[in-house]
Amino acid sequence: MAESVTFDSDTDFAGDAFLRAEALACQCGGRLVFENLSFNLSAGHALRLAGANGSGKSSLLRQLAGLLPLAAGSLAHPFTPSRHIHYLGHDDGLKAAFSVGETLAFEAALAKTDMAVSLLAELGLAGCAWQFVGDLSAGQKRRLTLARLLLDPRPLWLLDEPLTALDARGRTLVEDLATAHLAGGGMIIAASHEALAFATQELRLGAGA
Amino acid sequence: MTLCGAHIRLAWRGGQTVLAVSFLFIAVTLLPFGLGPELKLLRALAPGLLWVVLAISLLTTLDKLFQADFEDGTLDRLRLLPLAFEAALLAKLCGHFLALVLPLILSVPLAGLLLNIDGARLPLLLAAMVCGAPALVMLGGIGAGLAVSVRRGGLLTVLIAMPFYVPVLIFGAAASQAALATGTALWPYLGILAALSAATILLAPFAIAAALRVAQD
Repeated sequence: MAESVTFDSDTDFAGDAFLRAEALACQCGGRLVFENLSFNLSAGHALRLAGANGSGKSSLLRQLAGLLPLAAGSLAHPFTPSRHIHYLGHDDGLKAAFSVGETLAFEAALAKTDMAVSLLAELGLAGCAWQFVGDLSAGQKRRLTLARLLLDPRPLWLLDEPLTALDARGRTLVEDLATAHLAGGGMIIAASHEALAFATQELRLGAGA
Repeated sequence: MTLCGAHIRLAWRGGQTVLAVSFLFIAVTLLPFGLGPELKLLRALAPGLLWVVLAISLLTTLDKLFQADFEDGTLDRLRLLPLAFEAALLAKLCGHFLALVLPLILSVPLAGLLLNIDGARLPLLLAAMVCGAPALVMLGGIGAGLAVSVRRGGLLTVLIAMPFYVPVLIFGAAASQAALATGTALWPYLGILAALSAATILLAPFAIAAALRVAQD
């Protein structure tokens, strides 16, 4: 359950984890998407990235996850992406040929836990275990990707449009998960066009453009 | 390994295994029509033909290797797993070998019958293929990695991988000829094939990982 978020015992992130981004720039396909972007984020806080389409919200998240190189600037945080960062992007990495149950079992095996079964009800997917992922609706797929956050507790969540395609209860689910994560000392950076109840800070990209 | 098993199940459910094996059989069935029904000729050509057909069947499976994972975000996930990206890729390649290449090799005896191959020497031919096929998978993986960001890059993959297949095919066909002709003098060839496979298993994951990282930027 998300109530008791515990991180790797060798490092205690619940204390004073801190993320500092200074003068970041991003270059995509020869185009300068953004530059001179700076922000700080401390443990237990969430940052919402706002901005028009194409202003670089998703690119920034990919940079923070270490999937995209920084064109300029520096990024300081105590996290190793492969162990401490969750990145839920537009492309969910779900396989249409797997059933929901198989997907959860696969994710649980990757996270080295065996708590997958109890998650179905929590995610609002009870009764869907035998359905193929390819037959799920967009919102149901979104719920399924949330399982990753729960199966493998990691201190920094990078969420790209976490509310897209979700119904009212799904949104509440995301907000509850996020609130519990923050209460446990986690950090969240989420790109969203909508206001996020759990966000304590906001950063607007491409304001001048 | 979880990733390896997932790749096998996906390949099987997507019908890729059946497709690849069918392709091999159709190609082998067509050969006698092209070459004429001369049994002696077929027997003489069989080892080389089987190697070429195996390589081509394998090439047809390559565009599925990373393309889907690249497009649906799975590669991003693999990079954020608590194990080296190279190790994750090696697991996938092992899955590819078990799901697609092993069935191809196992269907070679049956396909060999159609070419009037000498049954007693068949195990030696299979041994040569088992030694050489991992190198084909790894080299093909480099091609697939380099072409991954190109939509419908299947043909490009084949063009990139083909030249690297030449040494494996030369030694593979030589080993098979030696096996079928004498049954001896085969070990040096097997050794070279196994060495090629071992070297590519060690080095290819790094090359593929580098290629995929560049593609994702």
